[in-house]
Amino acid sequence: MSDLLTAPVKTSTGRSLRSEEMIINMGPQHPSTHGVLRLELVVDGEIVVDVIPHIGYLHRCFEKHSEHMTNYQQVIPYCDRMDYVAAMNMEMGYVVAVEKLLGIQVPERVEYIRVIMNELQRIASHLIAAGTYGLDVGAFTPFLYMFRDRERILDLFETTCGARLLYNYIWVGGLSHDLPPGFIDKAKAFCNYFRPKIKEYNDLLTFNEIFIKRTANVGVLPADVAIAYGCSGPMLRGSGVDWDLRRDDPYSIYDRFSWEVQIGKGEVGTAGDCWDRYMVRIREMEQSLNIIEQALAQIPEGDIASAIPRRIRPNAGEVYVRTESARGELGFYVVSDGSATPYRVKARSPSFVNLSVLPEICRGSMIADVVAITGSTDIVLGEVDR
Amino acid sequence: MEQPLKDLLSNDVLAYVIMAFIPLLWIVPYALFAVWLERKVSAHMQDRLGPMRVGGWHGWAQTIADILKLVQKEDIVPSAADKKLHFLSPWVVFIGSYAAFAAIPFSSAYVGSNINLGLFYVIAVSTLVVVGILMAGWSSNNKWSLFGAMRSAAQIVSYEIPTALALLAVVMIAGTLNLQEINQQQTGWFWHWYIFKKFPFVFVAFIIYFVASLAETNRTPFDLPEAESELVAGYHTEYSGMKFALFFLAEYANMFAVSAIGATLFLGGWNSPFGDFLGGPIWGVFWFLSKGMFFVVVQMWLRWTLPRLRVDQLMYVSWKVLTPWAFVCILGVGFWMMM
Repeated sequence: MSDLLTAPVKTSTGRSLRSEEMIINMGPQHPSTHGVLRLELVVDGEIVVDVIPHIGYLHRCFEKHSEHMTNYQQVIPYCDRMDYVAAMNMEMGYVVAVEKLLGIQVPERVEYIRVIMNELQRIASHLIAAGTYGLDVGAFTPFLYMFRDRERILDLFETTCGARLLYNYIWVGGLSHDLPPGFIDKAKAFCNYFRPKIKEYNDLLTFNEIFIKRTANVGVLPADVAIAYGCSGPMLRGSGVDWDLRRDDPYSIYDRFSWEVQIGKGEVGTAGDCWDRYMVRIREMEQSLNIIEQALAQIPEGDIASAIPRRIRPNAGEVYVRTESARGELGFYVVSDGSATPYRVKARSPSFVNLSVLPEICRGSMIADVVAITGSTDIVLGEVDR
Repeated sequence: MEQPLKDLLSNDVLAYVIMAFIPLLWIVPYALFAVWLERKVSAHMQDRLGPMRVGGWHGWAQTIADILKLVQKEDIVPSAADKKLHFLSPWVVFIGSYAAFAAIPFSSAYVGSNINLGLFYVIAVSTLVVVGILMAGWSSNNKWSLFGAMRSAAQIVSYEIPTALALLAVVMIAGTLNLQEINQQQTGWFWHWYIFKKFPFVFVAFIIYFVASLAETNRTPFDLPEAESELVAGYHTEYSGMKFALFFLAEYANMFAVSAIGATLFLGGWNSPFGDFLGGPIWGVFWFLSKGMFFVVVQMWLRWTLPRLRVDQLMYVSWKVLTPWAFVCILGVGFWMMM
């Protein structure tokens, strides 16, 4: 095809017409770049020759700020603002890292509550991913259905800690609040309510003929390329790689629950296409429900804070902890020099790594496909730029 | 209605002007109502309420308030735009969709212009919309607008073919292009409508016509020219205020125009479905508008249910699915009539 694109077009008189590629700018103010991502598209008609992502429009110096707090706990609200649609997952990653640095164990009840909150958050985040993905390919209605159900999760969070988006709920050594009375019943009611809704999404969007046409065999990410780029989360699993940190490198108490890692199998197209990535998210919501139901059944009574001093001073040293956020492998590298503030905090954000594969899978597709592929990578720019 | 008007006014030109303005009496209130209806339909499909405040009862005055807002808005013309074309294009688009109403019979007593080539005229004049859209895309001097306009031109020109072929199936049976005569031929109970003639060929032709007309009006699943998640707003990205409102008006007028043509050719137009029950010219208007509105609502229903096709898939549907099947319909009807 490249020959066709570069060959000069001849007119009937034999004169050759000059045709050239056009550069168009997509974003940072564009409806479907999911935030302030700027994509420089080199196009030949409707065919995309190259995509160059430009990031940094939401850079807020999170890592540098962390070094200038008065203590370790103050970093947590900044973590919230990394991936603002999965803030619980972000807090979890940082807190688990600091606790490992301190070498402390948190009470059982805390672990259970953390798992419940994390999985609820994962569902909420996947609902946004799937809903906005529908929006990207032109289906408006599923988006609002999914937001309607996400509201119920946010209501649960609100009753627990007062916040709906940025919680500051998971603290080093414990939690900010215990579960409110009646939370467990409400959460169980949500699980019962939500399970049938997944079928509704599938009927409305997932198996819609046009939706499959738009997403199957589009943006195929082969497993080896995904691994080479360091993709993680639904991006990696969509390509058929069976890898989930909750099972393969368990943190907290994830090893106590029985659930299945979902991978893309290429049911309607090629393994690793946009539909697979989307479907992995839909199926993960069901698995998260399984984990939540088990955790709700087993949750013990107890304290919600372990006995640690208000100003923690970990011994000098460093730690790297990786957790599975809704978008993939979230790594926190924390260095302590023995003082009350971290010497260095570095986040390995999954969206940033997943975004790096975008040019690879966009080349040769059409402009409409770029929108579909960008949507299927499910990036959050707050986390890409930090 | 033409002759009585001429007699009454004893001035032919004035009579023609009044005849020409009568469809506008329907289109403007219809567009206001349809925009409100679309919001309510989409809201109720999406578990929302939609506008509830303006005007009291279910926000009925919302679109009127919107129009008032649009009138007051600053008319922004990009500094690098081709100003003349930028000014002209909304009018060309609107004229393209309004002119089609001239030959559509609203009732047995009223048709703007009872010409023998009515259907031909309608198909031809509605193509004017493409010119306006291309003008808008080109003059805005915006790459996204240009993409929208190019897509739109390719799409509308492609879908004209299955549309025209599907309509030809009816024309073969009717033996005329005069829309008023086609209506008169369908008088009687609803099984006299052309959609039930030569079953299933005309029925399939109707489906083809309806699908293709969705593409002609740029409605989902064929709303690529203004695909908001890809092209921001397509060809009317750079339009604001009343010019934008004109594009909007034209879109809704076009929606009704294609529905009305479908109703006229396939569903008996102003004929009552129940023979003489509620017949006559006055009820004819009611039946015609109801049939038209029914398909407008179907278009809204589809829009809020389906995702959007990609541009190559769109062309595939037109050239490899609809056009061949439209030919099959024509051949089927032709053989049937020969036998």
